[in-house]
Amino acid sequence: MSFDINTLRKDFPILETEISGRKLVYFDNAATTQKPAVVVKALETYYDSYNANIHRGIHYLAEKATAAFEETRKTVRAFLNAASTEEIIFTYGTTDAINLVAYTYGRKFLKEGDEILISTLEHHSNIVPWQMLCEEKGCVLKVIPIDDNGDLILEEFDRLLSEKTKLVSVVHVSNALGTINPVEYIIQKAHEAGAKVLIDGAQACSHIPVDVQQLDADFYVLSAHKLFGPTGTGILYGKKELLLAMPPFRGGGEMIKEVTFEKTTYADLPYKFEAGTPNIADVITFKYALDYFNALDKEGLRRHEHELLDYATEKLEALEGVKIIGKAPQKISVVSFVMENIHPQDIGIILDQQGIAVRTGHHCTQPLMQRFGIPGTARASFAPYNTKEEIDALISGLLKVKKFLA
Amino acid sequence: MSINEIQDEIIETFELFDDWEEKYEYIIDLGKKLAGLDDQYKTEDNIIKGCQSVVWLHAHLEGDKVIFEADSQAIIVKGLVSMLLKVLSGHTPDEILNTDLYFIEKTGLSSHLAQTRSNGLASMVKQMKAYALGYKTLLEKQNQS
Ligand SMILES: Cc1ncc(COP(=O)(O)O)c(C=O)c1O
Repeated sequence: MSFDINTLRKDFPILETEISGRKLVYFDNAATTQKPAVVVKALETYYDSYNANIHRGIHYLAEKATAAFEETRKTVRAFLNAASTEEIIFTYGTTDAINLVAYTYGRKFLKEGDEILISTLEHHSNIVPWQMLCEEKGCVLKVIPIDDNGDLILEEFDRLLSEKTKLVSVVHVSNALGTINPVEYIIQKAHEAGAKVLIDGAQACSHIPVDVQQLDADFYVLSAHKLFGPTGTGILYGKKELLLAMPPFRGGGEMIKEVTFEKTTYADLPYKFEAGTPNIADVITFKYALDYFNALDKEGLRRHEHELLDYATEKLEALEGVKIIGKAPQKISVVSFVMENIHPQDIGIILDQQGIAVRTGHHCTQPLMQRFGIPGTARASFAPYNTKEEIDALISGLLKVKKFLA
Repeated sequence: MSINEIQDEIIETFELFDDWEEKYEYIIDLGKKLAGLDDQYKTEDNIIKGCQSVVWLHAHLEGDKVIFEADSQAIIVKGLVSMLLKVLSGHTPDEILNTDLYFIEKTGLSSHLAQTRSNGLASMVKQMKAYALGYKTLLEKQNQS
């Protein structure tokens, strides 16, 4: 199937939205992507025709819902090329998945003086859970610095890595700058030092292919809502031997084998980590998002996203007073920028009046903003359904920002 | 002028605007004209939490009136802050505490400003009322002694 932007846009009804008489320009895809109609339809179909609790009923609906739920697990396994469905844990999102690892793996296997290595690029969700763990266990958090382009300084990473390093947790693709990190290298080096590696793939999955076995990642986490799927659903991939060694996270129904008041035995993988009634509807729906995404012409899509990135970069750089933050050679289609003497929030408000949705602020990466000495940026993040015409609208929107505020 | 008279005046001004551009030009102009705060008052303690851009608020008492001064890094927010100052600064603690701020709703600013930003403004109003309450107690104590 070849990549046709007009056909593709028709799959996303929300793109027809008008805001104060102008066609919506949605450039906040790194926050969450829009959902194709098939995904919305799947959610409706589930509730209309086979809503039931899973893994417990013996009736028709329960079996149908359970099968659909497990079908998503199979689809995710294939999507990430995990070795088995036992390695795919459903969570509420990336944040939830990282917390799960920090709480279970971290608490069981890390001890005082052990070091956890993250990077300056991290989202708060890949900082705070480790800080909490460090506080509890007396571990030490170390941070890989970045250069002015927004690339990790790998020599510094090599230097920071030691036999004390027990866990390296880094982002695959930066949400604030778009930098694609050399995670293969990081994983290999970390393993040589005897550390385990968690990769935050929240931003990566919708832009670059991910193969957890090829990467040899120990943990890989993502959120469905950034991948054309519903909110409230995410994935923790973990290597089986690690998941087996980890204690459960939450206790309750679903995650048990047998409960007596004296002792409870836990369910097998992956259920051990899925206590309570999960987000059945959204997990089931996520499969439809993955099927949709898988069927797109990936090469055409990447070319298109690259064109958008190059075009936006060129146009923004031509605007006087605009400075792009994050110029890593390997980037996904995200452009973060600041404007001379204009606060990012003002940029966002004036663009919003023109129907253009960008994100402004610190993007949940305050330490990264501190690294650049700025309060925040305006960020345009693109999805396959975006167009060059929309980038033109952004540029004329920014000219208006300058007219108002410069 | 009473607080409500000032609010009504602002609402009347906004009724004259035809489109968002005029509205925002006006707000931006207010922001540019607001004197802002002396650096000594731009302290961590004076920062209003809940705003995307940093907003500082400082208050002091002149006679029985509370005087507010404020500043922001972002100009549109500074314009909005300027309106809040215009409405609430220079009144007694009781007047401030008993005010229903209807101008934000009536000028259509709440719908023009996304929730997060109005929340920032809401925290600012809350902080202004907290100052008023503090000064009310202080004034009552002074009157007793
Ligand atoms: C890189 C990165 N990590 C983690 C997260 C957190 O994802 P969620 O809020 O879906 O848990 C995000 C989302 O903004 C992100 O971009």
